[in-house]
Amino acid sequence: MHRFANPARFLGIAKPLTPLLLWPGILLVLGACWWGLTQVPAERLQGHSVKIMFVHVPAAWLGMGGWTGLAIASIVQLVWKHPLAGVSARAIAVPGALFAALCLITGSIWGRPTWGTWWVWDGRLTSMLILFFLYLGYIALANASSEKGSVSRTAAVFGIIGAVNIPIINRSVVWWESQHQKASITLGGSSIDSAYLWPLFASALGFTLIFGAVVLMRMRAQLAEIRIEARMRRMAED
Amino acid sequence: MDHTPFIIAAFLVTALGTLVLVVHSWSAMRRAEALADDLKSRK
Repeated sequence: MHRFANPARFLGIAKPLTPLLLWPGILLVLGACWWGLTQVPAERLQGHSVKIMFVHVPAAWLGMGGWTGLAIASIVQLVWKHPLAGVSARAIAVPGALFAALCLITGSIWGRPTWGTWWVWDGRLTSMLILFFLYLGYIALANASSEKGSVSRTAAVFGIIGAVNIPIINRSVVWWESQHQKASITLGGSSIDSAYLWPLFASALGFTLIFGAVVLMRMRAQLAEIRIEARMRRMAED
Repeated sequence: MDHTPFIIAAFLVTALGTLVLVVHSWSAMRRAEALADDLKSRK
Protein backbone atom coordinates (compact mmCIF):
# COMPACT_ATOMS: atom_id res chain seq x y z
CA MET A 1 0.00 0.00 0.00
CA HIS A 2 2.82 2.38 0.91
CA ARG A 3 4.32 1.70 -2.55
CA PHE A 4 1.86 4.32 -3.82
CA ALA A 5 2.57 6.77 -1.00
CA ASN A 6 4.88 8.64 -3.34
CA PRO A 7 2.67 11.14 -5.25
CA ALA A 8 4.97 10.99 -8.31
CA ARG A 9 4.53 7.22 -8.52
CA PHE A 10 0.78 7.60 -7.99
CA LEU A 11 0.54 10.24 -10.73
CA GLY A 12 2.44 7.94 -13.09
CA ILE A 13 -0.46 5.51 -12.77
CA ALA A 14 -3.33 8.01 -12.38
CA LYS A 15 -2.55 10.07 -15.50
CA PRO A 16 -2.95 7.24 -18.07
CA LEU A 17 -5.71 5.60 -15.98
CA THR A 18 -8.02 8.67 -15.96
CA PRO A 19 -9.00 8.57 -19.69
CA LEU A 20 -8.96 4.76 -19.62
CA LEU A 21 -11.76 4.88 -17.04
CA LEU A 22 -13.60 7.96 -18.34
CA TRP A 23 -14.16 7.16 -22.02
CA PRO A 24 -15.21 3.50 -21.65
CA GLY A 25 -17.44 4.65 -18.76
CA ILE A 26 -19.17 7.29 -20.91
CA LEU A 27 -19.62 4.86 -23.83
CA LEU A 28 -20.96 2.16 -21.52
CA VAL A 29 -23.46 4.53 -19.87
CA LEU A 30 -24.67 5.84 -23.25
CA GLY A 31 -25.03 2.27 -24.56
CA ALA A 32 -26.79 1.08 -21.41
CA CYS A 33 -29.20 4.05 -21.47
CA TRP A 34 -30.05 3.39 -25.14
CA TRP A 35 -30.51 -0.32 -24.32
CA GLY A 36 -32.63 0.38 -21.24
CA LEU A 37 -34.77 3.07 -22.88
CA THR A 38 -35.46 1.44 -26.26
CA GLN A 39 -34.97 -2.33 -25.97
CA VAL A 40 -36.41 -3.21 -22.56
CA PRO A 41 -40.13 -4.10 -22.29
CA ALA A 42 -42.54 -2.49 -19.81
CA GLU A 43 -42.76 -4.29 -16.48
CA ARG A 44 -46.03 -6.03 -15.53
CA LEU A 45 -46.80 -3.86 -12.45
CA GLN A 46 -44.68 -0.71 -12.88
CA GLY A 47 -45.05 -0.28 -16.63
CA HIS A 48 -42.36 1.75 -18.43
CA SER A 49 -41.38 3.62 -15.24
CA VAL A 50 -39.20 0.59 -14.38
CA LYS A 51 -36.65 2.08 -16.82
CA ILE A 52 -35.77 4.70 -14.18
CA MET A 53 -34.01 1.78 -12.45
CA PHE A 54 -31.10 2.09 -14.92
CA VAL A 55 -30.08 5.45 -13.44
CA HIS A 56 -31.56 5.20 -9.93
CA VAL A 57 -29.90 1.93 -8.84
CA PRO A 58 -26.33 2.80 -10.00
CA ALA A 59 -26.71 6.19 -8.26
CA ALA A 60 -27.75 4.43 -5.03
CA TRP A 61 -24.87 1.94 -5.23
CA LEU A 62 -22.33 4.70 -5.90
CA GLY A 63 -23.70 6.93 -3.12
CA MET A 64 -23.30 4.05 -0.64
CA GLY A 65 -20.11 2.67 -2.19
CA GLY A 66 -18.60 6.16 -2.15
CA TRP A 67 -19.05 6.50 1.61
CA THR A 68 -17.67 2.98 2.13
CA GLY A 69 -14.54 4.02 0.20
CA LEU A 70 -14.38 7.30 2.12
CA ALA A 71 -14.55 5.42 5.46
CA ILE A 72 -11.83 2.95 4.41
CA ALA A 73 -9.61 5.86 3.31
CA SER A 74 -10.27 7.57 6.66
CA ILE A 75 -9.20 4.41 8.55
CA VAL A 76 -6.04 4.19 6.41
CA GLN A 77 -5.36 7.88 7.14
CA LEU A 78 -5.72 7.50 10.90
CA VAL A 79 -4.07 4.09 11.36
CA TRP A 80 -1.30 3.98 8.74
CA LYS A 81 -0.95 7.75 8.08
CA HIS A 82 -0.87 7.08 4.35
CA PRO A 83 -0.26 10.47 2.65
CA LEU A 84 -2.79 9.84 -0.14
CA ALA A 85 -5.58 8.52 2.10
CA GLY A 86 -6.89 11.97 3.07
CA VAL A 87 -6.56 13.13 -0.55
CA SER A 88 -8.62 10.19 -1.81
CA ALA A 89 -11.29 10.55 0.91
CA ARG A 90 -11.69 14.21 0.03
CA ALA A 91 -11.83 13.36 -3.70
CA ILE A 92 -14.63 10.84 -3.11
CA ALA A 93 -16.86 13.22 -1.10
CA VAL A 94 -18.27 15.44 -3.89
CA PRO A 95 -19.04 12.67 -6.44
CA GLY A 96 -20.46 10.57 -3.59
CA ALA A 97 -22.74 13.44 -2.52
CA LEU A 98 -23.84 13.99 -6.12
CA PHE A 99 -24.78 10.34 -6.64
CA ALA A 100 -26.60 10.22 -3.28
CA ALA A 101 -28.57 13.32 -4.42
CA LEU A 102 -29.26 11.74 -7.84
CA CYS A 103 -30.51 8.60 -6.09
CA LEU A 104 -32.93 10.69 -4.00
CA ILE A 105 -34.15 12.78 -6.96
CA THR A 106 -34.60 9.87 -9.41
CA GLY A 107 -36.20 7.80 -6.64
CA SER A 108 -38.64 10.60 -5.97
CA ILE A 109 -39.45 10.87 -9.69
CA TRP A 110 -39.92 7.08 -9.82
CA GLY A 111 -42.11 7.13 -6.71
CA ARG A 112 -44.71 9.49 -8.16
CA PRO A 113 -46.08 7.16 -10.91
CA THR A 114 -45.56 3.90 -8.95
CA TRP A 115 -46.40 4.82 -5.31
CA GLY A 116 -48.56 7.87 -6.07
CA THR A 117 -46.31 10.15 -4.01
CA TRP A 118 -42.98 11.97 -4.40
CA TRP A 119 -41.76 11.13 -0.90
CA VAL A 120 -42.48 9.01 2.18
CA TRP A 121 -40.62 9.23 5.48
CA ASP A 122 -39.79 5.53 5.66
CA GLY A 123 -36.53 3.86 6.71
CA ARG A 124 -34.95 3.55 3.25
CA LEU A 125 -35.62 7.08 1.99
CA THR A 126 -34.82 8.74 5.32
CA SER A 127 -31.52 6.85 5.80
CA MET A 128 -30.51 7.73 2.21
CA LEU A 129 -31.32 11.40 2.91
CA ILE A 130 -29.16 11.16 6.06
CA LEU A 131 -26.31 9.81 3.88
CA PHE A 132 -26.60 12.89 1.66
CA PHE A 133 -26.43 15.18 4.72
CA LEU A 134 -23.44 13.19 6.04
CA TYR A 135 -21.66 13.91 2.74
CA LEU A 136 -22.41 17.63 3.11
CA GLY A 137 -21.07 17.55 6.68
CA TYR A 138 -17.90 15.75 5.57
CA ILE A 139 -17.31 18.24 2.72
CA ALA A 140 -17.70 21.15 5.15
CA LEU A 141 -15.28 19.55 7.64
CA ALA A 142 -12.75 18.68 4.90
CA ASN A 143 -12.87 22.23 3.51
CA ALA A 144 -12.32 23.61 7.00
CA SER A 145 -9.11 21.54 7.37
CA SER A 146 -6.01 23.71 7.47
CA GLU A 147 -3.91 20.96 5.84
CA LYS A 148 -3.80 21.43 2.06
CA GLY A 149 -4.56 18.23 0.17
CA SER A 150 -5.61 16.29 3.23
CA VAL A 151 -8.33 16.33 5.86
CA SER A 152 -8.27 16.80 9.62
CA ARG A 153 -8.52 13.95 12.14
CA THR A 154 -12.03 15.21 12.97
CA ALA A 155 -13.15 14.76 9.35
CA ALA A 156 -11.56 11.29 9.21
CA VAL A 157 -13.31 10.23 12.45
CA PHE A 158 -16.58 11.65 11.04
CA GLY A 159 -16.04 9.56 7.89
CA ILE A 160 -15.64 6.38 9.95
CA ILE A 161 -18.62 7.05 12.28
CA GLY A 162 -20.83 7.95 9.30
CA ALA A 163 -20.25 4.47 7.88
CA VAL A 164 -22.71 3.16 10.50
CA ASN A 165 -25.44 4.48 8.19
CA ILE A 166 -24.45 2.18 5.29
CA PRO A 167 -25.73 -1.13 6.79
CA ILE A 168 -28.77 0.78 8.08
CA ILE A 169 -29.63 1.83 4.49
CA ASN A 170 -29.04 -1.72 3.29
CA ARG A 171 -31.21 -3.38 5.98
CA SER A 172 -33.83 -0.62 6.28
CA VAL A 173 -36.34 -2.42 4.01
CA VAL A 174 -36.01 -5.55 6.19
CA TRP A 175 -36.11 -3.85 9.60
CA TRP A 176 -38.98 -1.42 8.94
CA GLU A 177 -42.18 -1.34 6.91
CA SER A 178 -41.40 0.44 3.65
CA GLN A 179 -42.95 1.42 0.34
CA HIS A 180 -39.56 0.58 -1.14
CA GLN A 181 -39.19 -2.93 -2.51
CA LYS A 182 -36.92 -5.47 -0.82
CA ALA A 183 -33.42 -6.08 -2.21
CA SER A 184 -33.70 -7.67 -5.67
CA ILE A 185 -29.96 -8.34 -6.05
CA THR A 186 -28.14 -10.08 -3.20
CA LEU A 187 -25.03 -12.22 -2.82
CA GLY A 188 -27.32 -15.23 -3.22
CA GLY A 189 -28.61 -14.17 -6.64
CA SER A 190 -31.07 -11.90 -8.38
CA SER A 191 -34.86 -11.89 -8.71
CA ILE A 192 -34.70 -9.43 -11.64
CA ASP A 193 -35.43 -10.79 -15.13
CA SER A 194 -32.33 -10.92 -17.36
CA ALA A 195 -33.99 -8.45 -19.79
CA TYR A 196 -33.55 -5.79 -17.08
CA LEU A 197 -30.51 -7.21 -15.31
CA TRP A 198 -27.91 -6.90 -18.10
CA PRO A 199 -28.59 -3.26 -19.02
CA LEU A 200 -28.60 -2.52 -15.28
CA PHE A 201 -25.15 -4.09 -14.86
CA ALA A 202 -23.86 -2.24 -17.95
CA SER A 203 -25.17 1.06 -16.58
CA ALA A 204 -23.77 0.39 -13.08
CA LEU A 205 -20.35 -0.52 -14.51
CA GLY A 206 -20.33 2.58 -16.74
CA PHE A 207 -21.23 4.95 -13.90
CA THR A 208 -18.64 3.24 -11.66
CA LEU A 209 -15.91 3.84 -14.26
CA ILE A 210 -16.95 7.52 -14.53
CA PHE A 211 -16.94 7.77 -10.71
CA GLY A 212 -13.42 6.30 -10.62
CA ALA A 213 -12.21 8.74 -13.30
CA VAL A 214 -13.70 11.70 -11.40
CA VAL A 215 -12.03 10.60 -8.14
CA LEU A 216 -8.66 10.38 -9.96
CA MET A 217 -9.20 13.85 -11.52
CA ARG A 218 -9.99 15.37 -8.12
CA MET A 219 -6.98 13.65 -6.51
CA ARG A 220 -4.72 14.97 -9.31
CA ALA A 221 -6.13 18.49 -8.80
CA GLN A 222 -5.42 18.33 -5.05
CA LEU A 223 -1.87 17.05 -5.60
CA ALA A 224 -1.25 19.86 -8.11
CA GLU A 225 -2.55 22.41 -5.56
CA ILE A 226 -0.09 21.02 -2.98
CA ARG A 227 2.73 21.50 -5.50
CA ILE A 228 1.53 25.05 -6.25
CA GLU A 229 1.40 25.98 -2.57
CA ALA A 230 4.86 24.52 -1.90
CA ARG A 231 6.32 26.35 -4.91
CA MET A 232 4.72 29.67 -3.95
CA ARG A 233 6.10 29.34 -0.42
CA ARG A 234 9.58 28.67 -1.79
CA MET A 235 9.32 31.63 -4.19
CA ALA A 236 8.22 33.91 -1.33
CA GLU A 237 11.21 32.80 0.77
CA ASP A 238 13.74 33.45 -2.07
CA MET B 1 -50.72 7.87 -16.10
CA ASP B 2 -48.18 8.47 -18.86
CA HIS B 3 -44.74 7.49 -17.50
CA THR B 4 -42.70 9.08 -20.31
CA PRO B 5 -42.19 12.54 -18.70
CA PHE B 6 -41.00 10.88 -15.46
CA ILE B 7 -38.53 8.66 -17.33
CA ILE B 8 -37.19 11.61 -19.34
CA ALA B 9 -36.86 13.74 -16.19
CA ALA B 10 -34.94 11.00 -14.31
CA PHE B 11 -32.52 10.38 -17.19
CA LEU B 12 -32.04 14.10 -17.88
CA VAL B 13 -31.27 15.03 -14.26
CA THR B 14 -28.76 12.15 -14.03
CA ALA B 15 -27.10 13.09 -17.34
CA LEU B 16 -26.90 16.76 -16.37
CA GLY B 17 -25.53 16.04 -12.88
CA THR B 18 -22.90 13.62 -14.19
CA LEU B 19 -21.89 15.99 -16.99
CA VAL B 20 -21.45 18.95 -14.62
CA LEU B 21 -19.41 16.75 -12.23
CA VAL B 22 -17.10 15.46 -14.99
CA VAL B 23 -16.58 18.88 -16.64
CA HIS B 24 -15.99 20.64 -13.30
CA SER B 25 -13.52 17.97 -12.09
CA TRP B 26 -11.71 17.92 -15.46
CA SER B 27 -11.35 21.71 -15.69
CA ALA B 28 -10.21 22.03 -12.05
CA MET B 29 -7.59 19.34 -12.63
CA ARG B 30 -6.34 20.87 -15.90
CA ARG B 31 -6.15 24.36 -14.38
CA ALA B 32 -4.26 23.18 -11.26
CA GLU B 33 -1.83 20.97 -13.21
CA ALA B 34 -1.14 23.70 -15.79
CA LEU B 35 -0.38 26.24 -13.02
CA ALA B 36 1.81 23.72 -11.15
CA ASP B 37 3.78 22.94 -14.35
CA ASP B 38 4.08 26.66 -15.15
CA LEU B 39 5.48 27.45 -11.69
CA LYS B 40 7.87 24.49 -11.93
CA SER B 41 9.27 25.75 -15.24
CA ARG B 42 9.99 29.21 -13.75
CA LYS B 43 13.35 29.71 -12.18
